[in-house]
Amino acid sequence: MIQMPEINQDKCNLCGLCIEICRCGAIILVNNIVTLVETDDCHWCTLCEAICPTGALTCSFEIIIEER
Amino acid sequence: MVIDSNSLSTLSYFSGLSAAELEAIKPSFFEKTFQRGEMIFFEGEPAETLFFLISGIVKLFKTSAQGKEQIISLARPREVLNDISIFDNGPNPMSAQAMSMVTLYGIKKERLEVVLRQYPQVSSQIIQVLAARTRQLISLVEDLSFKHVIGRVAKILLEHTSDGGSHGQRLTQQEMAAMAGTAREVVARSLKAMEERGLIRLERHRIVVSDKNALQEMINQEV
Repeated sequence: MIQMPEINQDKCNLCGLCIEICRCGAIILVNNIVTLVETDDCHWCTLCEAICPTGALTCSFEIIIEER
Repeated sequence: MVIDSNSLSTLSYFSGLSAAELEAIKPSFFEKTFQRGEMIFFEGEPAETLFFLISGIVKLFKTSAQGKEQIISLARPREVLNDISIFDNGPNPMSAQAMSMVTLYGIKKERLEVVLRQYPQVSSQIIQVLAARTRQLISLVEDLSFKHVIGRVAKILLEHTSDGGSHGQRLTQQEMAAMAGTAREVVARSLKAMEERGLIRLERHRIVVSDKNALQEMINQEV
């Protein structure tokens, strides 16, 4: 399973800006629902989170400390 | 390429105009489309046309002398792209690039002056838009000059490290911004600065802290 950005459908207003800005085609409209498609091409640019006017799309980071 | 009065009425500048007045100013506008990746205008160039974003997304950015790109904002539909250079007659303070298929409405500076003379109420709308933008910029200046945002972002990183479990805590840049009391863009800039200094690595959905001691020092210095 490939980690992908997450969408909260309750907050999504279907403006479609995330679909427009996504460079890898990972965000598509299926039956009028914004849907994330698993793909390795998603490099976590976080532009979908940045453009979403309602905060429905989130690109979360796990923070880990590299042991030396 | 027909200008749509309804689209014009959704623009803040012209929201105070009646349907008849919108019809009257409509011929002053023209439509322009750009493909994803196309440049709309460049920083430093003179501006002859005021552009309004009707559909799509536009990246407004500056480029440093070293060639580094700094995103100022991602413009959404109904935003005006280049009012500063139109009204102060100076060069474009930033560049604009289409991030998707983009439709713009443009109006030449001379035609805009005619509209402003005929419909002074547009001027008061413009003042409101510019005042709102000034307020945002003051807030950004405050973030960048008076507060030590990078130290606070470093603190957030060290306080929210995952224990390595499969369901460890995760944070978005928006959440970090809310915690640090700043804008998401400032968090993104802070993370980039830390990465350039070799303190962290930004990987796909992971932030790897590679120099914990340096981050700690950064926090201590800026408290």
